[in-house]
Amino acid sequence: MSRSPALSVEGACVALGARLVLRDVTFALEPGEFCALIGSNGSGKTTLLRAILGFVPLAAGEIRLEGAAGAPDPIGYVPQKLALDPALPLRARDVVALGLDGARLGISWPSKARNAEVDRMLRAVGAEGFAEQRIGLLSGGQQQRVLVAHALVRRPRLLLLDEPLANLDVRSTAEIVALLRRLSREYGAAVLLSAHDMNPLLSAMDRIVYLANGAAVAGRPEEVVRTEVLSSLYGYHVDVVRVHGRVVVVAAEAGEQIHEAVARDPVHTASVP
Amino acid sequence: MFAAFMLHAWLVATMVAIVGGAVGFFVVARRAAFAAHALPLGAFPGAAAASLLGVNELLGLALFSGVGVIAITQLQRGERREVASALWLAFALALGVLLLSLSGAYAQSLYGLLFGEVLGISRTQVFGIALLSALTLALLALLARPLLLESLSGDLAAAAFGRARSLEGAFLLIVALSTAMAVPVVGALLVFSLMVGPASAARAYTNRPWRALLLSVLLSMAVVWSAIALTYLTDWPVGFFVGALSAMCYVAGRRRSLLAGAGS
Repeated sequence: MSRSPALSVEGACVALGARLVLRDVTFALEPGEFCALIGSNGSGKTTLLRAILGFVPLAAGEIRLEGAAGAPDPIGYVPQKLALDPALPLRARDVVALGLDGARLGISWPSKARNAEVDRMLRAVGAEGFAEQRIGLLSGGQQQRVLVAHALVRRPRLLLLDEPLANLDVRSTAEIVALLRRLSREYGAAVLLSAHDMNPLLSAMDRIVYLANGAAVAGRPEEVVRTEVLSSLYGYHVDVVRVHGRVVVVAAEAGEQIHEAVARDPVHTASVP
Repeated sequence: MFAAFMLHAWLVATMVAIVGGAVGFFVVARRAAFAAHALPLGAFPGAAAASLLGVNELLGLALFSGVGVIAITQLQRGERREVASALWLAFALALGVLLLSLSGAYAQSLYGLLFGEVLGISRTQVFGIALLSALTLALLALLARPLLLESLSGDLAAAAFGRARSLEGAFLLIVALSTAMAVPVVGALLVFSLMVGPASAARAYTNRPWRALLLSVLLSMAVVWSAIALTYLTDWPVGFFVGALSAMCYVAGRRRSLLAGAGS
């Protein structure tokens, strides 16, 4: 490991009010690595991403980005379930352009170089077909592509995506995962993607960070997604079951809460409790 | 005499229209219409206080707009913007009533503050308004891209700025500046309509953000110029025409978006 990690999180703790939302989270990502951040709702996925972005302070521990000694490289970020206003006069291409220079002061004058950069990024995510349409009127999968282009256009070393697969159909999900996998290699950007279901990501991920009740285990998927590892994380016995090429994590002694979760959505049960 | 006051009216109204149309684009994009209503109306006690103390009306308006921005941004912590705006509005109006009763100002001047008095603009007011226009437009040009990004998503903007701080305070300040200059011309009650009507209509006609902003300015100018011409011809209050024409812009824009399936 000669390269410095794109991101290293060491013993990170985050408190919201009196509640400790993240406890001693430790992991590191190499440039170009694809990492899934898996956990059920309320396990602290969004908080971890927001802590990496610097939106919430750490109570303890450290989060380092590559090149943090000088100016830290920008982080590409795709937030959770954006409700984009369909009446906002903003084309997909404008959203990508705002990724390039949206934080800059002053008026932007038309520039060929800038347009070429935006076009290149739109092609890279397969959004050239709807580049001229309003962002708020695009489908969920199309919006995700545009937001990924927005996040990647400044070539960040780290791309954070908060539940980008929520509300996507099966086909769009597979397409977005394949796209992110390819772009992380091409651009050498580490990707950290949160999801409550690991199954669509099984073939893509190099690394997994599994969160439960604010604590985390991290490593290669085959090291982490194991009965004894996850049982120790949850603090009670869970079984990792592989059926029909899918991974399901189920609690052996099913409490009422778990029954409820299974009954509500018996298919994606990667992280039931 | 006739030429001078008409020239002043046209000059000032044009400046108000340009600023109102441009600021209005962001007001609508950021869904801040209610704050844009509360700020001008909440600034009117400033004018009442100024007339009580015998100082320039514009000064009182600017001061109270500024206080309004601080009040709304401070109250907004933990509350929603609508609640903060409504609280400020109610308090400012109460204060306005008190100041008016103390100053014993004529109902006529109250009427002018609320509904505008475009034909009674003095030479000094023209200079004051020109100065405020330039300042507002400069601030808007400086913050145009970050403001647009933030109206797309606060989270995206915060990630791009590298910190979770919003531009809300700076934006409300811009609204307050444009308010202070526009109140004497179109009135506290109607500044809002000039900011919201043309800007809402503009976005039904184009998908491009800066083009929508430009169109909003042009529509706003058309509204104000027509309103002045119609006021001159009919001797009806200018505020009526500004309000009615702005509303017509809005309705026309809505009809177009509905027909075109939310615009193309």
